[in-house]
Amino acid sequence: MTAALIGKSVSRVDGRLKVTGAATYAAEFEVPNLAHAAVVRSIAANGRIAIDTAKAERAPGVIAVVTHRNAPRLAYQPHKGLPDAAVGERLHVLQDDRVNHQGQPIALVVAETLEQAVYAAQVVRVTYRNEAAATDMESVDPVLPTGKPAEWEIRRGEPDSAFEQAEFRVDQTYVIPRENHNPIEMFATIASWQDNSLTLWDKTQWVHNVAEEIAAVFGIAADNVRVISPFVGGAFGSGLRCWPHVTLAALGARVAGRPVKLVLSRREMYYGVGYRPHTVQRAALGASRDGQLHAIRHEGFQETSTYEEFTEALLSATRFLHSCPNVHTRHRIAPMNVHTPTYMRAPGEASGMYALESAMDELAVALNMDPVELRLRNEPDRDEFKDLPFSSRSTKECYRAAAERFGWAQRNAAPRSMRDGRWLIGWGMASATYPMNYAPASALARLLPDGTAEVMSAASDMGPGTWTSMTQVAADTLGLPIERVKFTLGDTRLPRAPIHGGSMTMASVGSAVQAACRKARDEALARADANEIEEAMKRLGQVIEATADVAPGDETKRFSMHAFGAVFVEVAVDPDLGETRVRRMVGAYGAGRVVNPKIARSQCIGGMIGGIGMALMEHSVVDPRNGRVTNANLAEYAVPVHADAPPVMDVIFVDEHDPHVNPLGVKGLGEIALVGVAPAIANAIFHATGKRVRELPITPDKLL
Amino acid sequence: MHPFVLERPRDLSAALSFGAQAGRNDAPVEYIAGGTDMVQLLQEYVRRPDRLVSLAGVLDDGIEIGSQGLRLGAAATMAEVATHQAVVERFPLISQALLNSASPQVRNQATMGGNLLQRTRCPYFRDVGYEACNKRAPGSGCAALDGENRWHAVLGTSDDCIAVHPSDLAVALVALDASVEIRGAGGDRSVPLSDLHRLPRDTPHLETVLEPGEVITAITVPANAAGLRSHYLKVRDRASFEFAVVAAAVAIEMDGARIRQARVALGGVGTKPWRLPNVEAALAGAEFEPAALRQAAALAAEGTQGRGHNDFKIELMQRAIVRAVEIAGARA
Repeated sequence: MTAALIGKSVSRVDGRLKVTGAATYAAEFEVPNLAHAAVVRSIAANGRIAIDTAKAERAPGVIAVVTHRNAPRLAYQPHKGLPDAAVGERLHVLQDDRVNHQGQPIALVVAETLEQAVYAAQVVRVTYRNEAAATDMESVDPVLPTGKPAEWEIRRGEPDSAFEQAEFRVDQTYVIPRENHNPIEMFATIASWQDNSLTLWDKTQWVHNVAEEIAAVFGIAADNVRVISPFVGGAFGSGLRCWPHVTLAALGARVAGRPVKLVLSRREMYYGVGYRPHTVQRAALGASRDGQLHAIRHEGFQETSTYEEFTEALLSATRFLHSCPNVHTRHRIAPMNVHTPTYMRAPGEASGMYALESAMDELAVALNMDPVELRLRNEPDRDEFKDLPFSSRSTKECYRAAAERFGWAQRNAAPRSMRDGRWLIGWGMASATYPMNYAPASALARLLPDGTAEVMSAASDMGPGTWTSMTQVAADTLGLPIERVKFTLGDTRLPRAPIHGGSMTMASVGSAVQAACRKARDEALARADANEIEEAMKRLGQVIEATADVAPGDETKRFSMHAFGAVFVEVAVDPDLGETRVRRMVGAYGAGRVVNPKIARSQCIGGMIGGIGMALMEHSVVDPRNGRVTNANLAEYAVPVHADAPPVMDVIFVDEHDPHVNPLGVKGLGEIALVGVAPAIANAIFHATGKRVRELPITPDKLL
Repeated sequence: MHPFVLERPRDLSAALSFGAQAGRNDAPVEYIAGGTDMVQLLQEYVRRPDRLVSLAGVLDDGIEIGSQGLRLGAAATMAEVATHQAVVERFPLISQALLNSASPQVRNQATMGGNLLQRTRCPYFRDVGYEACNKRAPGSGCAALDGENRWHAVLGTSDDCIAVHPSDLAVALVALDASVEIRGAGGDRSVPLSDLHRLPRDTPHLETVLEPGEVITAITVPANAAGLRSHYLKVRDRASFEFAVVAAAVAIEMDGARIRQARVALGGVGTKPWRLPNVEAALAGAEFEPAALRQAAALAAEGTQGRGHNDFKIELMQRAIVRAVEIAGARA
């Protein structure tokens, strides 16, 4: 028997491939006779276009210039994948002369080389008949999304009167700008048709959705679309949807009659895929002197496009995180001439919790109460929104463990009370939460006579370590040494996996892998009449194969299931120059079982550093005059670099056994580590300086 | 990317014969050295030369220190200069400015001459999706004036352009009275670095005084700049690999508790590297104490013009000067 592998800090099985450059990303597949594509994008936010392609068509190496005038009419059959907006219709490309946002694709050039394609795209002449465009969110009246108003405006108790009567009140507005995911790998697709079958090598977080979406767009059977995506160089949610460039690549390949590769430029990454929407939130808290919350009113609105109503879980956590009898949340959208936003790491929660947990800190200051104590006094014993018990909830343990590791007891509550030379030192904290998601998943396990195993599921690994953790689960379940197990993902020919997002991959795919391996192992042992798997496989001398499908049961009806956490930070602020440096971060998470502590820690550190970006620097600066993103590059859009990561980063996984969530007992870690970081930093900056900044990012100009 | 021919001349005189012109968008021939900025501009279709003349291997890359001062060959890389022992010891301001610039990879590739001639980071200049940019298309207007101008200049601006000069190196060099040696078809000349870049006025598309064909061959820094107490202070939106929000290059000579002489230049706020003689005059003879430093630094605000999002720079740059002088003065 081998030692248990689940729970062990196994190094990444794909680590060597990645650091030696041997991992093959979407743009790197060698496909014979490949042509290259470049996209012409709108520089108007709304209007009609006329296109003159004569010069582009004559440019060297050009194979085709596709516009709305000559593009094949695409089927665009109805298809809504999980990451698509529930209301509205996806962007159709090159089907008419209308543009409704900056950066909308309006022509596609296919040429022999990338340089030729890019040049020809640059000489396509476009004239615009501009129409009035909504590009300034301040001038757009937010509206409730389509659907039942009760879904968007939720009330329990008497929040208005309770707030008015509350002895202590906080009522503030918090603003988060648009943010872009900015993965280092650009989106890329290689499309190759054979008769009516299409192969796509694509950067995606969900191969099956790409196949189904493209099949619907072209009016072919999804079985005829194969999507291959073994490695993803970061995505953070940007690869959840199937974006229009995938259609463009397939369209280009069809028109050119050759395989076509399309890689977005960094500037195009700000127009061709979604982003975390700009949000404006008002959070009002009312409490009594003892810190008991009597009222929470939290409303927010966010930008979305004119053609789809994107919404995220902005206000969800507010309804259950803290105990409060009177709660009002209202979620609205501001439809604008922009492209549709999308999910970005901890979508909704990261934004909503910035407002809620900042307001909690403001309330703690008003009450002259320790912010941890304030939260402890409002710790609910069940989900008061769903009126269900939590399957498990380790908030108290997270506060305690993180506070102890951090040394929170030494904190002097007075702002500007701690210094290190010129630097003002501040300590701040916030809570974190993210739902436990578990979706149907399938896996196949194949035991070979040579004592090795192949296990597979069409999952994705954008960086959290799916390759490794699934290999661990499989080897652990089969009872084989890890090097005897080969896990494969990222291909629609493999058993279906759910979307690689919402922190659900371990819960879902992990449970399927476990189930398939258990089945295969049991069958091998039974058929060989053996007790030991390697012996059984040798004795059988034939392949044993098992597939398993897992799906959630009725747990969601019986329990409220979330991961919880707490994050504590120390910042240093230069009061003269306005610069903030994060010096220490401690995150404690109750996230169920941790399959690989080493990779889990790495994932949490990544999320926490992402939170530094959100708090201090990330901002897609949209020109309100026309909707262009002025800093659509990695020089002016700042994300944290190594020098921004604090020297001390502690991640604590509190012991949590949750038998209800899913067979593996995991809650997911991808998102929660980003949640709470921005408010914790903002709260620490207040503690350091006495200045409350309610608009992210907190750049030096806001602290002068 | 506009198709171009890459010329690889064997020596400098062959390079000069192509008549390349730096810093003009309508120039059909341009030089390329390290390429760290040029390649971005080519990719973004901002620069569209028909011909690129490579300076690789034809320019001096030496670093010399002698009785005349410091001489940096135009082809010396940022990394080589930043870590050169004599530069670190005698002209630490230059080393600091370089090490606060870009990333190690960029510094290994980018050259001295190219650094001085890098183009502004103004997003409206770099995005051809904006039609209005007087620097890119003379007479087309300036989208930054009433646009997203947090990055933009408050000194040396005009109604036609408020783009900031992005170089840190140039700020340090201006403070140290550096000059550039220039070679052209008409021979050699030397230009004080403070005169290399033009103010935008109503011709923002003309960025330097370089004539067609002329190339920067070296940077010289007079010996009298050596040994001053100095500090390069850079305020930015993240800890590394980012252009300045405000930068201050300061070199001072102390006389007991007083400042005998001071050189002060600013980055991130000017349409060109910005020397502040009025602040220097006020610092000369001033007591080395906060109130006196603040009073002198306040003179930096003379002639500033904010455009909204960048108003904060006027206050921040004064504080940056004070801090840089304090740090420089505290150095043994």
